[in-house]
Amino acid sequence: MSLWVDKYRPRSLGKLDYHEEQANMLKKLVQSGDFPHMLVYGPNGAGKRTRIMAVLRELYGHGVEKLRHEHQTFTTPSKKKLEISTIASNYHIEVNPSDAGIYDRVVIQDLIKTVAQTNQLESSSQREFKIVLIMEADRLTKDAQHALRRTMEKYMSTCRIILCANTTSKVIGAIRSRCLAVRVSSPTIEQIMIILTFVCKKEGLSLPNELAKRIAEYSQGNLRKALLACEACRVQQYPFSDDQEIPKADWEVYLKETSSLIVEEQSPNRLLQIRERLYELLVHCIPPEMIMKKLLQELMMNCDGTLKTGVIQAAARFEHRMQKGQKPIYHLEAFVAYFMAMYKKFLEDGMTADW
Amino acid sequence: MCGPLMYAFLKGGVPPPKKPEKQTPQRKNIPWVEKYRPRSVNDIAYQDEVVAVLKSIVKNYDMPNLLFYGPPGTGKTSSILAMARQLYGAHYTSRILELNASDERGINVVREKVKLFARQTASSYLPDGNRCPPFKIVILDEADSMTNAAQAALRRTIESEAKTTRFCLICNYVSRIIEPLASRCAKFRFKSLSNDAMTDRLKSICKDENIKCSDEALETLRKVSEGDMRKSVTFLQSCARVCGEETIEKNTVLEVAGVIPDEVIKNFIDKCSKNSHFSLQTAVEKLEMNGYSASQLIYQLLDVILNNDNIDMKNKAKICEKIAEVDYRLIDGADEYLQLMDLGSVLLENLPNY
Repeated sequence: MSLWVDKYRPRSLGKLDYHEEQANMLKKLVQSGDFPHMLVYGPNGAGKRTRIMAVLRELYGHGVEKLRHEHQTFTTPSKKKLEISTIASNYHIEVNPSDAGIYDRVVIQDLIKTVAQTNQLESSSQREFKIVLIMEADRLTKDAQHALRRTMEKYMSTCRIILCANTTSKVIGAIRSRCLAVRVSSPTIEQIMIILTFVCKKEGLSLPNELAKRIAEYSQGNLRKALLACEACRVQQYPFSDDQEIPKADWEVYLKETSSLIVEEQSPNRLLQIRERLYELLVHCIPPEMIMKKLLQELMMNCDGTLKTGVIQAAARFEHRMQKGQKPIYHLEAFVAYFMAMYKKFLEDGMTADW
Repeated sequence: MCGPLMYAFLKGGVPPPKKPEKQTPQRKNIPWVEKYRPRSVNDIAYQDEVVAVLKSIVKNYDMPNLLFYGPPGTGKTSSILAMARQLYGAHYTSRILELNASDERGINVVREKVKLFARQTASSYLPDGNRCPPFKIVILDEADSMTNAAQAALRRTIESEAKTTRFCLICNYVSRIIEPLASRCAKFRFKSLSNDAMTDRLKSICKDENIKCSDEALETLRKVSEGDMRKSVTFLQSCARVCGEETIEKNTVLEVAGVIPDEVIKNFIDKCSKNSHFSLQTAVEKLEMNGYSASQLIYQLLDVILNNDNIDMKNKAKICEKIAEVDYRLIDGADEYLQLMDLGSVLLENLPNY
């Protein structure tokens, strides 16, 4: 039995639930025969991947759904061997080059070259190009992006590239100007509610409107999260009730507790406790940026208006350092310590003012 | 005594490269940027001084080493390629060495590839018997990203091989070319294309491709591409693909170019001037959900802030400083949400409340 998220994923462009206009546009694009490189961007859970797979299906038919896992090895200039797992069908290959860390340039160059050098058999009956799907394109190094830029022009006749990214800020201009940019924005609350109700109906469940609304609001536009939460609710309690609690992800609850610990007491001892908790989150593979973001949101809720600007600026500063530095824990901890100092000072000032 | 054909043979003329047979099916997949690249020097738009010089080169075969500089998409590469095409006709590929510095740079390439190419002599006749200048051209594209060592290695090569080879350096920033190299070349500056020149060219492409494009859309296209012809042609092609038979409208252009609608920016500023961190937070979350790129946002925001007369000069300075900082951090890969919050909090303090 598969999860609802996979079970009810739309498979073709015609069946997409929202952004119909865009779907029509993509359909026209496929039918026109001339397919450009594409850069699909948007927030998590907005349906980037669903759209890409639908486009592939529109291009090649059912064949693209026969997937196989492949392990490919690449050799870096310094003779280091890299192993990358790819997912491929006869028509496309999907790769996540950021797995290769700083050697992603090698992966890009080798992989695209091998794909592009083989022509499709019987090009009369099918498309004359293959597709290389590059996930997390915004995490490619600048080197890799520059390498891509040449490759994109050179192998235009046999290969098209679809890039999938969360944001275009980190994609260099030269690539952006070579691609057709497709923005996939998150579904609205209403759209999520409609989808949730639809899915529940298919499952033979009845979902009260109030609960659907709460789940949609909780998901913050992330459809995947909404569907998972809905399924979790189903496991927790059925029939649904309006005021049913939505099971939150463990780490969110944990962070919430952490932030209230910070606000409760500001001392070196408490900082040590917080450090342990932060480590706990990091070893469970919660991305440090996510921790910082959530922590900021929680702390903002708990502190005075005059402090907010300072907290935001500190968070932005420490997060930037985190990207430049090596170990996220230092910067997370620095942020917590900074907040504690600021908060304590604020409290003490308040007390003297009262006297 | 010998016919021109013989000459070509003796001096090591190269047989004309075989044309790939299957060209027609791929024809339509060519990017328009390549398709509409100027074929002759006369076709080059707007760069009158440069064109005058290039014309005299084509006529007199008297070519100095060239250094072209100017913003992207102004026709630097196109000019030199068009000139080469006119000088050597169909055989121009065998007479030029085009090095794109973005992947093959470094001192080794200069030492081996460039030197080797420069040493070969060239005949003053083409294989088909026409006269041509007795030298080859080395085009170093994006020369400003070459390392200083590689540039230094070029110095002597340029002079010692002057008999057989001319160099053409192309770059965006002339200040990044080392002085000794720059002084060996005749410098030409390429200007950003004027509005009229650009609109004319776009219109002629529209006509050739048989696509309909409203005047408003053309105007927008010109604005978003900021004098960069390549950008505008790429955008036009993307729009044409999206629209198919229909007329291209302003909104399509904006969407393809990834420009954020003005209302969104205005809304963001409005939210920030409410002096509430909560409304700021929801505004940023909304931006993130819509998937707008933060770097594009701050770029457009800067324009709005600078042109707003209601803001005090001092406050403007503070906001601009923050924008600069946020931009720098975004390039380093910092999280968009946090950076926008940071910028928003500064806006909150510096915008007049109402």
